[in-house]
Amino acid sequence: MTATQSADVKAQRLSSADYADNFSDIHPPLTPHEALVEADRCYFCYDAPCMTACPTSIDIPMFIRKIQAGNPVGAAKTIFDQNILGGMCARVCPTETLCEEVCVREVAEGKPVKIGLLQRYATDTFMEREQPHPFTRAAATGKKIAVVGAGPAGLSCAHRLASLGHDVTIYEAREKAGGLNEYGIAAYKTTNDFAQDEVGFILEVGGIAIETGKALGRDITLDQLPQDFDAVFLGLGLPGVNALGLEGESAAGVIDAVDFIGVLRQAEDLSLLEVGRRIVVIGGGMTAIDAAVQSKLLGAEEVTIAYRRGQEHMNASLYEQELAQTHGVVIRHWLAPRSLHVTDGAVSAITLEKTALDAAGKLSGTGELVTLEADQVFKAIGQTPDSGPLAGSVELDKGRIRVSDDRRTSHPKIWAGGDCVAGGEDLTVVSVEDGKIAAQSIHKALMA
Amino acid sequence: MADLSTNFIGIKSPNPFWLASAPPTDKAYNVERAFEAGWGGVVWKTLGEAGPPVVNVNGPRYGAIWGPDRRLLGLNNIELITDRDLEVNLREIAEVKRRWPDRAMVVSIMVPCEEQSWKAILPRVEDTGADGIELNFGCPHGMSERGMGAAVGQVPEYIQMVAEWCKHYSKMPVIVKLTPNITDIRYPARAAKAGGADAVSLINTISSIVSVDLDNFAPVPTIDGKGSHGGYCGPAVKPIALNMVAEIARDGETRGLPISGIGGVQTWRDAAEFIALGCGTVQVCTAAMTYGFKIVQEMTQGLSDWMDEKGYATIADFQGRAVPNVTDWQYLNLNYITKARIDQDLCIKCGRCHIACEDTSHQAITSMVDGVRHFEVMDDECVGCNLCVNVCPVDDCITMVEMTVGSDPRTGKPIDPRYANWTTHPNNPMAKEAAE
Ligand SMILES: Cc1cc2nc3c(=O)[nH]c(=O)nc-3n(C[C@H](O)[C@H](O)[C@H](O)COP(=O)(O)OP(=O)(O)OC[C@H]3O[C@@H](n4cnc5c(N)ncnc54)[C@H](O)[C@@H]3O)c2cc1C
Ligand SMILES: Cc1cc2nc3c(=O)[nH]c(=O)nc-3n(C[C@H](O)[C@H](O)[C@H](O)COP(=O)(O)O)c2cc1C
Ligand code: SF4
Ligand code: SF4
Ligand code: SF4
Repeated sequence: MTATQSADVKAQRLSSADYADNFSDIHPPLTPHEALVEADRCYFCYDAPCMTACPTSIDIPMFIRKIQAGNPVGAAKTIFDQNILGGMCARVCPTETLCEEVCVREVAEGKPVKIGLLQRYATDTFMEREQPHPFTRAAATGKKIAVVGAGPAGLSCAHRLASLGHDVTIYEAREKAGGLNEYGIAAYKTTNDFAQDEVGFILEVGGIAIETGKALGRDITLDQLPQDFDAVFLGLGLPGVNALGLEGESAAGVIDAVDFIGVLRQAEDLSLLEVGRRIVVIGGGMTAIDAAVQSKLLGAEEVTIAYRRGQEHMNASLYEQELAQTHGVVIRHWLAPRSLHVTDGAVSAITLEKTALDAAGKLSGTGELVTLEADQVFKAIGQTPDSGPLAGSVELDKGRIRVSDDRRTSHPKIWAGGDCVAGGEDLTVVSVEDGKIAAQSIHKALMA
Repeated sequence: MADLSTNFIGIKSPNPFWLASAPPTDKAYNVERAFEAGWGGVVWKTLGEAGPPVVNVNGPRYGAIWGPDRRLLGLNNIELITDRDLEVNLREIAEVKRRWPDRAMVVSIMVPCEEQSWKAILPRVEDTGADGIELNFGCPHGMSERGMGAAVGQVPEYIQMVAEWCKHYSKMPVIVKLTPNITDIRYPARAAKAGGADAVSLINTISSIVSVDLDNFAPVPTIDGKGSHGGYCGPAVKPIALNMVAEIARDGETRGLPISGIGGVQTWRDAAEFIALGCGTVQVCTAAMTYGFKIVQEMTQGLSDWMDEKGYATIADFQGRAVPNVTDWQYLNLNYITKARIDQDLCIKCGRCHIACEDTSHQAITSMVDGVRHFEVMDDECVGCNLCVNVCPVDDCITMVEMTVGSDPRTGKPIDPRYANWTTHPNNPMAKEAAE
């Protein structure tokens, strides 16, 4: 894009101290004292509801009790047993809709045990104390497995397979492993290069080789992999993004929110990142919230999220919505994008139409238009799967890979999990569980 | 407003809350502050003989156990009697008593078990104007190695002998402070009474090792790599103290002997319980050492509010009311049947009652009903043991309800309204023998 930007988009809107401050941990870690006080609140429930709500079934009462008993390292082992990315999940899980939502103390007093923060306390302590890796590999099985994609699903699958004694090769298209942990999660949720530290921690188990810069469909194919390996796991995520389908979408300043975040996450110096003065984010999910909040933190003055349905329909949890609002983001509901205004090759405003549900419950425009001035428009209306690299090898379901309960695809040697499969929830923790289930299924199939 | 004033063996105080003989009462500065805060009386930190005072360790003297949120539940100490000069203590006692004439000033004494030693110190104490003396026969550490404290308190004959000396050489009321480090508390209490003591106070601290430091493998508190047993007090010891008080209150030989109750008093309710078991005053140490002197205001106001609510005008109105209800197991009514009841509106579904009953008791609480998490008592299995009540984190969520009609679904036997105990139970071999 070479168009000159008459729009107000620039870097260094803030002082360098502000950048550091704005992008530090959004939830500071618990101090040892805070962790003990919080751990004491847990009732050690029987058949604990929190544990049932955790997609990876971490034994929450047990790990909290270990913190209580002065054994945070042991607590971390309990967590890693079920979820080797327990450190990242502690930072990014929307606990308010998972474990903490059903904690009996949430139900009773509206104040859940802070499970996420305790999980972080345990896993951080483990990693800070440089403990030996919590898993020991089983005797070598001689089986070779290819994992495509080094996101949470691929890493989790690879780790479990390696622990079970298999040899794993991960093929990753990008330069770094980690998937959206590295390129997508909001910067203030995972500070200090935690994603790469965690990848390093996972690889310590041994038996996992990562080949970065290797893309399925370009450098390797789904025809060949099953011939070279005993099994294949696909953890491709959702590489595409939905388009607005409006004229002017290629103008400067109309940006994929995920790309924006990816660039932000990789930036060496946040003060050099350009950001518009007035920003409109289109969407209602976690990505929209993260893009909005982070642009605000970069110094954007007016940030508006425009969502085409009501608050109750937003994919972002109430907690996330509040987070955006406390950062000064305005969330406007019942507004659908209709046209982009382009000045000198760059976006300058967006016109949206008010929407409503008709009697039949169908969303439609009311005809009333609203125009918001914008130096940048972020598209966050959903990521999309890419079936290209699959080359018809596995059956799909609305573009995503169809899998059984144990994450088997229609191909006998191929398993899949994470965001790329149908029916999932597009959460880090769900992807971790998918990878784990697939690994166990692969192990069973190969050792039968 | 209830009248909290007490007259305990002639010693008057505006309320029954006394500070026990311990660091809070070791010098005028502390005791003045305590009186300002509202304490009814003090038992001055135990005095020793004239001459060079005892010395304390110069390292840590306390250890503790904690509950959730690091709430102190039990405190252990290896401190000795006062390490200040006798003359200084006596002077301060006299001064403080003069300034606070309405407060109880009792002086704790521990000197060697020789008539001469007691004869020497008693007039000195009497000269201070103190209201009475307490004989420390309880300290379980340090002093006992020197033949004092618990070493005397564990031999009823010595107790009687020293009590006699005290009554002989002074006109002050005499309280004998008992050690719990003994098998049957009634023997030392009887000895105190036989020696002419006016009252007993109990309990002193319990011999204890509060924890072991796992880095240097030594008891806590650790002095240069070693530790010795200490004396245990605080909320954790209250049940032991209550039982010992009750034993003395209902013993045929000591019934009616005035008691000053000590051990784990933290709130007005603890005090009310001691008084209900017959105590005329209570003494407090750990609660003050944990929270400072101000807590007495919760104690006095709480006791007063409760008495108002119940219609008790004076302490005497409820003192000892629980004594007749303390009995032996064999006299408990075996026809009294209760079942646990869970208040579903209060239940937060933690499942602790279920797993406690399921794993360790009688498998009488559901965890799932029609596929839904639901905790409910099955009367046909419930033995009425009360375990679930105690493990439930929600106050009053589970209660025990008496069955008065119909039959017990567990045994199928009809409810028998008559009282029947073990002494006449058909399964009791002794009962059969008696009948034959
Ligand atoms: C902006 C944003 C914020 C989010 N925030 C949260 C959050 O706070 N909490 C939360 O729980 N979830 C969050 N999510 C969702 C979460 O990140 C995903 O659910 C999770 O990362 C999915 O894991 P995955 O392993 O399936 O895919 P990804 O993390 O997407 O990893 C897929 C990997 O496969 C690689 N790949 C793709 N195609 C190929 C190919 N052809 N050949 C080789 N490699 C390939 C990719 O480069 C990538 O590394 C967020 C998502 C986004 C977009
Ligand atoms: C540090 C410390 C020192 C004590 N010193 C004495 C003492 O000198 N004389 C005495 O009779 N009791 C002494 N005690 C025992 C207390 O008077 C009291 O009997 C005991 O602590 C139980 O009461 P509580 O549970 O309220 O603390 C001491 C207790 C503590 C904690
Ligand atoms: S539900 Fe809450 S209180 Fe119960 S075990 Fe889980 S975290 Fe602890
Ligand atoms: S009273 Fe005892 S037996 Fe009855 S439900 Fe409770 S724990 Fe079980
Ligand atoms: S212990 Fe109490 S709160 Fe927990 S499930 Fe049982 S009745 Fe409910």
